[in-house]
Amino acid sequence: MEFFKIRGTIPFMRHALVFNVISLITFVLAVGFLIAKGLHFSIEFTGGTVMEVNYAKEASPDRIREAIQKTGLTDFTVQTFGTPRDVLIRLQLKQAEGQSQNVEMQKQSDTVMKALKAEDPSAQLKRVEFVGGQVGKELAADGGLALLFVCIGIVIYLAFRFEWRFAVATILANLHDVVIILGFFAAFGWEFSLPVLAAVLAILGYSVNESVVVFDRVRENFKKLRKASVPEVMDASITGTISRTIITHGCTQMMVLSILIFGGATLHYFALALTIGICFGIYSSVLVACPLAMYLGASREDFVKPEKKAATAEMP
Amino acid sequence: MNRYPLWKYLVIALALVVGVIYAVPNLFGEVPVVQVSSSRTTIKIDETLQARLEGDLKAANITPQRVEREDAALRFFFADTDVQLKAREVLVAKAGTGYIVALNLVSSSPKWLHALGANPMYLGLDLRGGVHFLLQVDMKSAVNKSVERYLADSRNALRDKKIYYSGLGREGERIVIRFREADQRAAAMKQLADQMPDLTLREVEGEESQIVATIKPEVVKREQELALQQNIQTLRNRVNELGVAEPIVQQQGVDRISVQLAGVQDPGRAKEILGRTATLEVRNVAEEYAAGSGQDAFFQFKDQPAPFNTEKYLDQEGRPVLVKKSLVISGDRIRDAQPGFDQKNGGAVVSMNLDDTGGRIMRQNTRENVKKRMAMMLVEKNSTTVLTWPVIQEEFGARFQISGMPDATEAKNLALLLRAGALAASMDIIEERTVGPSLGAENIQKGYRAVMGGFLLIAAFMILYYMLFGLVSVLALGANLLFLVAILSMMQVTLTLPGIAAIALTLGMAIDANVLINERVREEVRSGMTPQMAIQAGYERAFGTILDSNVTTLIAGLALLAFGSGPIKGFAVVHCLGILTSIFSAVVVSRGIVNLIYGGRKKIGKISIGNTTWEKKAGA
Repeated sequence: MEFFKIRGTIPFMRHALVFNVISLITFVLAVGFLIAKGLHFSIEFTGGTVMEVNYAKEASPDRIREAIQKTGLTDFTVQTFGTPRDVLIRLQLKQAEGQSQNVEMQKQSDTVMKALKAEDPSAQLKRVEFVGGQVGKELAADGGLALLFVCIGIVIYLAFRFEWRFAVATILANLHDVVIILGFFAAFGWEFSLPVLAAVLAILGYSVNESVVVFDRVRENFKKLRKASVPEVMDASITGTISRTIITHGCTQMMVLSILIFGGATLHYFALALTIGICFGIYSSVLVACPLAMYLGASREDFVKPEKKAATAEMP
Repeated sequence: MNRYPLWKYLVIALALVVGVIYAVPNLFGEVPVVQVSSSRTTIKIDETLQARLEGDLKAANITPQRVEREDAALRFFFADTDVQLKAREVLVAKAGTGYIVALNLVSSSPKWLHALGANPMYLGLDLRGGVHFLLQVDMKSAVNKSVERYLADSRNALRDKKIYYSGLGREGERIVIRFREADQRAAAMKQLADQMPDLTLREVEGEESQIVATIKPEVVKREQELALQQNIQTLRNRVNELGVAEPIVQQQGVDRISVQLAGVQDPGRAKEILGRTATLEVRNVAEEYAAGSGQDAFFQFKDQPAPFNTEKYLDQEGRPVLVKKSLVISGDRIRDAQPGFDQKNGGAVVSMNLDDTGGRIMRQNTRENVKKRMAMMLVEKNSTTVLTWPVIQEEFGARFQISGMPDATEAKNLALLLRAGALAASMDIIEERTVGPSLGAENIQKGYRAVMGGFLLIAAFMILYYMLFGLVSVLALGANLLFLVAILSMMQVTLTLPGIAAIALTLGMAIDANVLINERVREEVRSGMTPQMAIQAGYERAFGTILDSNVTTLIAGLALLAFGSGPIKGFAVVHCLGILTSIFSAVVVSRGIVNLIYGGRKKIGKISIGNTTWEKKAGA
């Protein structure tokens, strides 16, 4: 079996500008959504209470809402979760700080559960999570720190293995992916939870992986194709790795699809973030990173120079 | 060409055997077990106890499948959870105090595997159900307590040497001692510097002559660490009282403690036991302000503030009681507390047993204060209740009773709290997660399906696309899964649902190495190399790329590990380990298999790696 019968070299670089404009537009759109709508952070980040309640038969969010309203609470959301019989209830964090906050939250979840049981005795508490505001803030800070650390680590490694231009191009291409994933979450109001953050960071590593494979080939081709111009080398490298790129992404996507289908509601957005990451990962590592490296002035000399110098030095 | 030396095959075989041994315990299910363990080191689990409890079970018509006894625990294995619950009832009733009877699930994998240290993966709460708490220790209150202690110590030190001061008190976290005469201050300076090395002393000249003492920063740090450790110990004791099998109580960060109680069905009770930060305080009643000796002696203070050096608290009936500020003893002197009944009037009491120092202080205090009243106070978070304030009839020491509990249950709870020890500093629950057991089972199933579904999809595709080489890749991927599960089991890493997702994702990404190799081999064949050479070149050239791409992924994984917490950490551990195993299985194992297939032959016409001929056709 064979998918990619690529006979010649595909002139990716000739259309680089078009792709760059497209990715700039998506990027700007994503940033726009992030600014305009912001991320819908889960309670892990904001603090608050989440309750997962299971019913014997199909649950009615409206009646649940009424029942909770009767207890005097106003700041809450009710939605079905995974199956129609499972309901997710989010209670907002009370403004109070410290100890009284925690007591308050515990009371809240108890009252809500009591009210639900009174309304329908089959209501069963499957899961309660309560996160204090302080913990949430720290998690967000840690998440940002992790993101920063990943970027710095990758840039250092790539600068060491390749050349700074490739490092910068790669990290820019990958941040572009990350921003676009976040943009999707902002645009559709999907919940940004800890697993999603893990997915975003995993994508960062994964997408770099992609660029590295292409750049590896670029380096090899710079040495092999001595007469070719820089865009030609890039084209040849991308063409040479494109079938592997698509197959690998395809395989990873199959796994992610399996998580999306079988993993249940908890992993839903995790898998979704990965899916977006994989789609944009293919595109960005090839069509964003390569032109960027080229614009930054990557040339054959970056890789071949040391050998040449050694050769001339020996000549009298 | 393409032949491994024998030792390489042996390494692969050994890795596979070890992998199977450590991965296989996960296939055996778990058996419901009732575990009886000792709550104190003095009480031993021995043959007589085993014989006695087995007899008790027999009397109740319950036969355990088997009984195991280790140094610290006695385990009764049962066929199903119904019998397990019945057996627990019997054992709780019959074992007596000093034993913890807990429900547990124990792997049913054979004993010899267990002896090799091969145990199933440790499942996180989201997979097995249970309660998780994150508690924040109030370090300010720990510092406050130590300031109070240094204050009392300084006072005693000066009194002992008959050094006169005009005032001694605290201002925030500083202790300020005022003097009228300079020579007294000099003497005090010398005395305090000698006796209290933990304080930084500073002389202040002004309108008044003062010594300002502050606790040295390193001492504060040390005391906070001690406070945290004491709180952890106390929590462990309290958790033991809940009868939870293998609870986890551990430090997290500088001032937090995480508690995990797997399989706990009643988070309310757990919260109550953990959250109640009760400790006992014994103080003398401020008799000088009492009007008469009755229970309403302090009635006039109902709406008035407490006079200097006293504090006002309410007793159980809501009557005000004035007590002196200075402490006689506090909860950390308690050695034991048992609920019981008062022989005389039949009320619920708690029998106390203090340690040596506590007993000595109590003896001295009661001798000096006969016919005066003493208050036993229960100090809980932000609320202090006077349990009882009886008149001291005679001198007593380490053993005494606290009365005033409304009923036997209250007495039992109080005894439990007191026995569990005092907290060095108060704590707040800042995070709480409760996962029902059915949800845990569901999550395992979802995770399992996700991994298997993805694996089968990839396997089908790889074999179709790369034929025999695809099959080799799938075998390598299978080996990868095996190694990953084995290492996770070996390290007893806590597996969570995001962890399972990481297994799936890691497998998806691990196939990349094989794709790189296979594509490379194909390419080399197309460019006209002989199959043997193509295999060699394919593996060698792909290796640099595999290494590069995996190192970058590993960097990301390590960052997650370093900064993540909870589910992210669970994800990151699996991710990082998966990268390491995938390099080994993609490069070494798959090459080994390929070598076994093709390496022995002198000449191969064609290798089974899917279509490699189209380019030639196109050229022709």
